[in-house]
Amino acid sequence: MSFLSLRSVTKSFAENQVCKGIDLEVEKGQMVCLIGASGSGKSTLLRCINLLEPIDEGAILLEGTDIAEPGLDPRPVRERIGIVFQSYNLFPHMSAMENVMLAPRRVHRKTRAQLKAPVEALFARFGLAERMHHYPDQLSGGQQQRVAIIRALAMQPQIMLFDEITSALDPELVGEVLDVLRQLHAEGMTMILATHEMGFARELADKVCFLDAGRILEEGPPEQLFAAPQQERTRAFLSRIL
Amino acid sequence: MTDKAVPSGPTRRALYEARIRRRSALIATLSTALVLAAIIILVPMAPGWEAVKKSFFNGPVLAKTFPGLLNAFLMDVAIFAWCAPLIAVLALVIALCRDVRAPALFPLRLFGALYTDIFRGLPVVLVIYLIGFGVPGLGLPRPWNSPYIWGSLALILIYSAYVAEVIRSGIESIHQSQRAASASLGMSDADTMRFVILPQALRNVVPSNMNLFIALQKDVALLSFIGPVEIFRQAGVYKSLMANFTPYVGAAVIFLALTIPATRYADYLMARQRRRRG
Repeated sequence: MSFLSLRSVTKSFAENQVCKGIDLEVEKGQMVCLIGASGSGKSTLLRCINLLEPIDEGAILLEGTDIAEPGLDPRPVRERIGIVFQSYNLFPHMSAMENVMLAPRRVHRKTRAQLKAPVEALFARFGLAERMHHYPDQLSGGQQQRVAIIRALAMQPQIMLFDEITSALDPELVGEVLDVLRQLHAEGMTMILATHEMGFARELADKVCFLDAGRILEEGPPEQLFAAPQQERTRAFLSRIL
Repeated sequence: MTDKAVPSGPTRRALYEARIRRRSALIATLSTALVLAAIIILVPMAPGWEAVKKSFFNGPVLAKTFPGLLNAFLMDVAIFAWCAPLIAVLALVIALCRDVRAPALFPLRLFGALYTDIFRGLPVVLVIYLIGFGVPGLGLPRPWNSPYIWGSLALILIYSAYVAEVIRSGIESIHQSQRAASASLGMSDADTMRFVILPQALRNVVPSNMNLFIALQKDVALLSFIGPVEIFRQAGVYKSLMANFTPYVGAAVIFLALTIPATRYADYLMARQRRRRG
């Protein structure tokens, strides 16, 4: 039994079927990269795993339990699954520190005093100790995205989802965010990334999945998928962007 | 020393723009002076001007009644001061009612919708009459038959409906991604509203609400219809005593002294908000 396993997940928006039966296995500590053109269903799939979007059919098993069961309270599940968005989505009226502390305070009922040390440690770990008390609009894109990652990590999730988190960043800021992912991977965090950073996927992913029109067309270890793609469409996609 | 390309004097463009500005200022001054002169010269030439001047712009009458008017205006300020916070609270409750999603709370939602529809759909004066005369008609003992209480209630009910709609538009203006970010952290809907959505929404609607509160300050005068002797009523009393309309002009001046700065401030807040959103 995998840590996370998707069984023929389908999802439609009105008439438009975005996920057309997706199966995916993620082992503990793995980094899985989802690649594919815009609109291929990567983001929607991640939002479904986090239960931000309810799925139509299929199952999402987290340690063997179906978390997508209709009618189940999504909140305990979301505490275990962190997600980081392309547009950061920090709360603009709170400092970086308050952004990170809010959910642990409200959901885990911890006090600011209890959170101070561990949260400061998180900021220090990702090179933002100097910026803890700044507001989002006083931070660069790369810094905001790292705060968003810290905010998700502060809930101590078992798995992290990253939805094209470097796509809105200037090229020179991408590196600092990818370094954070590198660090998390080294620490054994289980992660799923929707990404256009092929070099990064190639370097670190344990598994790469190519999504096309709502299906996983091809998956495998990066050396295999990038060097010798089996499907014509995968080859075409890779030749376009590499 | 750092940049050779920057010349010491004003640029050619700056000189040109300064010339245009000077010319615009000159034209504006001339045309304003012309209009003012026409008013000052032409209006007194009207046949009834002497009579109007005597009954509307009478210096001695104004001097005699102004302190009394100012004193009565304190009543307007007091009514405003106890209505405004109650309106803010009730409006927030109504706005939140309209946002509840749980099916068990549907009656609240319905109540919120009906409330705003009804009280935005009625003339202020009508509600003041209905509540101000109707409720004391139940024969309540003092002080519960006071027109101050029921007149204020009428204002609170009506203005809450407007302020609630403004707050609701503020709530809806917060992007869906903020709710998603909060939900993804395991936050409840109530906590998301309280800590993420409302603080941003309320800040965004401060300028619009300023305008509503300025309108409220003026509508306080409508309570005079059911009894309270505030400035409008007091001006009416003076008018009858002295057979002169100048007290009304005095009352108008007193209102403007408060509402013009407040309106300007609201405009300034709006403009600043537009700039921030860029």
